[in-house]
Amino acid sequence: MTSPITESQAGLLDQVPAGGLRGRPKTSDDENRYDGAGGRVLNVFSHGFLALWAILIVLPLGWIVLGSFKNNAEIGGSAWSWPAHWSFDAFGRAWDKGIGDFFLNTVIVMIFSVPLTMLLGSMVAYVLARYEFPGNRLFYFLFVGGAMFPYFLALVPLFFMVKNLGMLNTYQGLILVYIAYSLPFTTFFMHSFFKTLPTAVHEAAVLDGASHTRTFFQVMLPMAKPGLLSVGIFNVLGQWNQYILPVTLMQPQSSSDKDHSMLAQGLVNLALSQGYSGDFPALFAGMVIAMLPVLVVYLSFQRQVQAGLTAGTLK
Amino acid sequence: MQHRKYPFIVGFLIVPLVLYVTFVIWPYLQTFGYSLTDWKGESQNFTFVGFDNYSALFHDDVFRTALWHNILLLIFLPVITILLALFFAFMVNVGGRETAGGVQGVRGAGVYKVVYFFPQVLSVAILIVLFGAVYRSDPSGLLNGALIKLHLEDANSPIEWLNDPSLVLWCLLAIQVWAGVGFYLVLFSAAMQSIPKDIYEAALLDGAGRSQTFFKVTLPLLWDSVQTSWVYISIFAMDFFALVSGLTQGTYGGGPDHHSEVMATYLMRNFLYFGKSGYACAQGVIIMLVTLIVSAVTLRVSRRDRIEF
Repeated sequence: MTSPITESQAGLLDQVPAGGLRGRPKTSDDENRYDGAGGRVLNVFSHGFLALWAILIVLPLGWIVLGSFKNNAEIGGSAWSWPAHWSFDAFGRAWDKGIGDFFLNTVIVMIFSVPLTMLLGSMVAYVLARYEFPGNRLFYFLFVGGAMFPYFLALVPLFFMVKNLGMLNTYQGLILVYIAYSLPFTTFFMHSFFKTLPTAVHEAAVLDGASHTRTFFQVMLPMAKPGLLSVGIFNVLGQWNQYILPVTLMQPQSSSDKDHSMLAQGLVNLALSQGYSGDFPALFAGMVIAMLPVLVVYLSFQRQVQAGLTAGTLK
Repeated sequence: MQHRKYPFIVGFLIVPLVLYVTFVIWPYLQTFGYSLTDWKGESQNFTFVGFDNYSALFHDDVFRTALWHNILLLIFLPVITILLALFFAFMVNVGGRETAGGVQGVRGAGVYKVVYFFPQVLSVAILIVLFGAVYRSDPSGLLNGALIKLHLEDANSPIEWLNDPSLVLWCLLAIQVWAGVGFYLVLFSAAMQSIPKDIYEAALLDGAGRSQTFFKVTLPLLWDSVQTSWVYISIFAMDFFALVSGLTQGTYGGGPDHHSEVMATYLMRNFLYFGKSGYACAQGVIIMLVTLIVSAVTLRVSRRDRIEF
């Protein structure tokens, strides 16, 4: 189930003769009649509902973007006012009040966690998908089964595990935890991908004298690029948006401990603790800053995102 | 081919395995052990108390309220999300104008799918700040502002969405529906498109109307996806921590007066605020048990003969 969703597939019943719809014998006259009222009513009806929901999705988001250009009085007033004059001040204030640091923290963590997740996940998936050895199935279920349990089951011991390793509120602690919790889905996805790659190329490489490791890095991994791309996007979005893990693990441990909050966590903290001291335009601007990378990644790769997420769940 | 196979396998598995067991598997297992102790969390001193934590949980009114709220979410969240998603998926795929060529998707189906899906990639943190502004209890909130504009509400007594005990849980539920429908729309669309066209042709030739086609052909063939979705949404319904803790009153949320309390928020409060780690672990175990039971029951009750195509 990795077929990407294309618009050309959208017309499900393209080939079905319209005259057959009501079971009447089909005449050429019939087809003309069908073009008329019935279809149009349904069309208006379906478009109406679809457009309504689309507005419900876009409206709040657009309203937030608009809010980042207003001033505080305008936001506190009617919800439906336009900004009196458009300026980017709020974005600068948001950046200075912490969003910049949180943004940087998240990027630092992800520069390490995403590539390492992909590498380690692919290594596990490759070995489990292409080598027979005792315990293969056991390891497969061990790795994939982790996705079945809620984070909350592990949260308390996880906190103390990271604490005992001295890695609370550190980048490396969060990186390791992100990798560990991203492994089940990555392994699951890449496992089915490595299964489908042809064995002939692999055998040829081995016959030419390549070692197992060399075969993996120079032959199999490059061939798995489409799969890596899909699961990579998934990991980027997932780790960028992660919330409960940083909230538990990235709290300053003493007053001198530097705030290493991730973007999502920092934004909520600022919203809750009134860190903006009522500066709502800056809060809205911070949200826009947090949303923008996601929006860009999503719009550039929306086919892979949709195909990847449905592939992970359908079968 | 067998040359040096085992050193290679061990070499590739060892690092991921150590990481995974340390941070995922071992904490999962430890939770069960700690749930049988009176551990406070500050030191490693604790005594074994058997199932005391569990019996205490079932006499804990707050926990029972939280459990009840999770059950409400477990019922309403999947039903609403799946019905809306099925409705939209059907509209997008076959709701278009009937032409001589047959029934087809609405124009712009691709655009709808992209727009609807977008909330799914947004962080729950964004949802918190966004809906904090939407649900603001003065006329400057988006929802109150809209209702006042439509003259459905008096500007002097706006609705306090998240402070009203009878509304708060449903407001949070609405957020999850808003964010989730797009994903399941795409999921159902993908499944609908993998149904062979000749099945539809046969149904249409036999005189089935559009709604009949949906209930007698599409839905049975989508049953697998609906089932999977139900389990997925149930897992979401068991979480809800971020939305409640970010949007409602109280330490880790739950207010007003526990009217939005869910098991996850109560767990976090016991763990990080009251310092009752053993008690919190017992709640973690209950959350997992309920999740497993719901998944098993869903798969069992909705089991039908699989239709191969």
